[in-house]
Amino acid sequence: MTTTTAAVLVPLLPFLGAVAGLLLGRRAPGFVRPLAVLPTLAAAGLAVLVAVRQGGGAGGGTAPLTAVTRLADTGSVPVDLALQVDGFAALVAVLVAVVACCVQIYSTGYLRDDPRYPSYAALVSLFTAAMLLVVYSDDLIVLLVGWEIMGICSYFLVGHYWETAAARSASLKAFLVTKLGDVPFLIGIFALAGDTGTFRISEIHTRLTSGTAGAPLDHPTLIALLLLAGVAGKSAQFPLHTWLPDAMAGPTPVSALIHAATMVAAGVYVVARLLPVFASSAAALAVLAAMAAVTMVGSALAALAQDDIKRVLAYSTVGQLGYMTGALAVDDRGAAVFHLITHGAFKALLFLGAGVVIHAAGSNSLAAMSRMSGLARRIPDAFWTMTVALLALAAIPPFAGFFSKEAVLGAAEHAATGHTSGVPEGVGWTVLLAGLLTALLTAGYAARLWLLAFRGQGEPVPDHGKQPVAMNVVLWVLFLPTAALGLAYGTLPDWFDGESLTPTLTTSVLGTGLALGGALVMYGAWRHSSASARRVPLGAVAAHPEAADAVSEAEAIATHEAAYGSIAGASDPADPGRLLLGPLHRHAAVGFHLDAVYSALFVRPVRAAARLVHFLDREVVETYVRGAGGAPRLLGAAVRRAQTGNVQTYLGALLAGSLVLAVAAVLVAAGA
Amino acid sequence: MSPAVHLAATGHGFLSPTGVEIAFLLVGIATFGAAIVTVTTKQLVHAALWLVVALGGLAVEYLLLTAEFIAWVQVLIYVGSVVVLLLFGLMLTKAPIGRSPDADSGNRPAALAVAVAAAGVLVWVVVDAFRTTWIELDKGVQGSTAVSGESLFRHWVLPFEALSVLLLAALVGAIVLSRKSGHDSGPGVGHESGPRAGHGKEMR
Amino acid sequence: MHLAYPAVLAVLLFCTGLYGVLARRNAILMLMSVELMLNAVNLNLVAFDVWLRDTLHAGQALTLFTIAIAAAEIGIGLAIVLLVYRNRGTSDVDRLRDLADPPSAGQDPMDDSMAAPTDNDADQARRARRQTA
Repeated sequence: MTTTTAAVLVPLLPFLGAVAGLLLGRRAPGFVRPLAVLPTLAAAGLAVLVAVRQGGGAGGGTAPLTAVTRLADTGSVPVDLALQVDGFAALVAVLVAVVACCVQIYSTGYLRDDPRYPSYAALVSLFTAAMLLVVYSDDLIVLLVGWEIMGICSYFLVGHYWETAAARSASLKAFLVTKLGDVPFLIGIFALAGDTGTFRISEIHTRLTSGTAGAPLDHPTLIALLLLAGVAGKSAQFPLHTWLPDAMAGPTPVSALIHAATMVAAGVYVVARLLPVFASSAAALAVLAAMAAVTMVGSALAALAQDDIKRVLAYSTVGQLGYMTGALAVDDRGAAVFHLITHGAFKALLFLGAGVVIHAAGSNSLAAMSRMSGLARRIPDAFWTMTVALLALAAIPPFAGFFSKEAVLGAAEHAATGHTSGVPEGVGWTVLLAGLLTALLTAGYAARLWLLAFRGQGEPVPDHGKQPVAMNVVLWVLFLPTAALGLAYGTLPDWFDGESLTPTLTTSVLGTGLALGGALVMYGAWRHSSASARRVPLGAVAAHPEAADAVSEAEAIATHEAAYGSIAGASDPADPGRLLLGPLHRHAAVGFHLDAVYSALFVRPVRAAARLVHFLDREVVETYVRGAGGAPRLLGAAVRRAQTGNVQTYLGALLAGSLVLAVAAVLVAAGA
Repeated sequence: MSPAVHLAATGHGFLSPTGVEIAFLLVGIATFGAAIVTVTTKQLVHAALWLVVALGGLAVEYLLLTAEFIAWVQVLIYVGSVVVLLLFGLMLTKAPIGRSPDADSGNRPAALAVAVAAAGVLVWVVVDAFRTTWIELDKGVQGSTAVSGESLFRHWVLPFEALSVLLLAALVGAIVLSRKSGHDSGPGVGHESGPRAGHGKEMR
Repeated sequence: MHLAYPAVLAVLLFCTGLYGVLARRNAILMLMSVELMLNAVNLNLVAFDVWLRDTLHAGQALTLFTIAIAAAEIGIGLAIVLLVYRNRGTSDVDRLRDLADPPSAGQDPMDDSMAAPTDNDADQARRARRQTA
């Protein structure tokens, strides 16, 4: 098998699996699980094969693998079914395939009793295929196809528990918000193709970096900002990030796959592929940096105030994506993709672990968990793996997150000190300072999550039975990269652009120190506030703790708002985040009122406009329609009245008419 | 209407109407009056009888116009047969004897308007057209039986024969229409027309 | 004699007949009015024939024909009236309203024209069925 064949098969296999799963799912339930797991597993194997054969692992980046089939000769800019596998694509594909595999295996246990499992598994496969297509594609239009398939799959998967109102609105919101970004993205692609004359990423890349004098793009800032809108929507960057926390209404494996490891990474990945376009506009980089900074800090603050364990992780995802965007803003895509890969690993692990925790605790509420003791003993696998993953999230050495985050901070520091050409120093400083502040906050909310979930005091957690082996195995599989991937910082530059990813001393010390400080402060606050946890009983627990994990999660999602009055926060005085954030807590819990702002700015005007249109349609347009129908009807009624059937009337009218005609004729003849 | 005739007659300087004219005028007035009564009376049989008067008056007018043969034919056919036929018709359709209040239908005003307007227009046109035209009645009889028969059988033989065929056809048609044919008088028809006839009587 | 006399008399008789045709309810009375109108025409024919001194006597011949045709007409007409009376139980012209659009409140006119055939239609349909059977 040539490398090209293998690379083509990587997205194709999950796609075929999805089609087969959708077709057979209902008739042959026995095939559903193999159809879900095996193609993804094979794709993962092939992705590793492609990476090994193609990647520059042995040293000095091999030339990217490209294969082209002309798809549509449009007459101006042709659309090609093009494939390009360079170091980035190979590694990201491995990440996607592996995480998708883990999620599929995990789902066999997690949704074991779910009646909609066949369609769920098929959609996850389809989603994986789409993401792999995005990763391998060299053509922007083909990339867009995968991009949009991901959007629709995300819509279906987030709405998996469509019986709950939260899931319904969340899926709709995810779809609409990402589409809001996709429209400018599409325009941006066309503008880019118009300027460069091609949809091929590799050709755009060559054209922009081959060093011909001046900017070959006519409108670099415009194109970059348009593309950025799509990226912000997909990668959940401020101000289009609001869909991601709500999307946690989907099943936990979906959150792990879509909203942690792959789909949100697509935006960052696309920017990384098209980084020369962004780099040719300082303004775009500045916007990117500002977006990253706001996203990082804001999401970290919001994560501190969330009560739903999955929403904490969701906001942390938004924040970590902010790191990646920041790395891209300082023109270091190596660091960005490095962080993307490590983050994909440990965030998937965190989400999958959270699924286990939610089932064990019977609740998704941290406030409820903080009133249970012994959760860690019930689920030791999840406890240990999640602990390490949280350490990685907080960037504590020597786990993966430390290295990738230091690479980002190092790149930012590099730019801040003016060593990166084409990047303004202010951009570097913005990213650096926001990154350091976020490091502190990240450690804080990671510590908060760990303390509340695993160090609760109170009633012991009831035994809900052992978790399925499939789920625990997956946790340990993901544990490996979480713990050790960072150590590959020495070899990874060969796969990327060759820039060093080695942590620098300054940022390492600063970042780790801040992280430790944040964790310690959180620990202190927790010691201070946990005493009150006993006094204020809180918590709603799923009604069917013995049922499958997915069932108890759906119940937890459905009951959270009813129990705590809000989908995000809980009025828990024992929450250390509340203590630390003070008056800010209230705002952070609702994501700094961004949803309310959107509601006021867009939802309500749109609703009003819709009402207006409805009114106009009903009262004005339909009046014309009714009039068009009514006038002939009236006329008909009038004419009908003349049709009395009385022959004498007809004759009278006839004679009267002929009389008038006769008079007229006589008058004309007489010349009057 | 008769004042209009007077005006028409006198307005153009006929200061010395001849005896024939006076007779024509008087009989004309009587004829017109009988016609008016015919179309306005509430008693159906009276209408037929007043029609006899009107048609007879017309026969006199024909005589005055020296068309003898036409006059006698008029008396024979109209007064003798047509009116009798009409009376039979009235009888067969069970027309009420005596005053029937619904002899005129609802569109009487419209009919009046149309008729009066038509009369006005036609009188105006006719008078305007023939105000200086005279009929020379003194130059021999125009319609004696001999003259009429001669012209009829000399010049109008073919139409006359065709007319006889037409009369035959009308005769056959009338018989076909009015007889109760065998298959029409079956039980199906009786069943069909029974309720409808009853319905019609009910409405009366 | 002045030609205007018979002409005006003919006009008046004709309009009287016109009024009768339009205003009378009974079909036989209508026929009488038609006779009046025909006679008015006859009067005109005779008067103009006399005035023109026609050697062919076309006016008088035509008058004779008209009288004959009127006799035929009255025969056929009465036969029709009798037939109508036998079928409908009435000879009132304004009750014979099969030509009318059947009244229907608030419905689509196209629908009821399809759905509610007139009596004639029904009769014909029934008759046709009986003939085929």
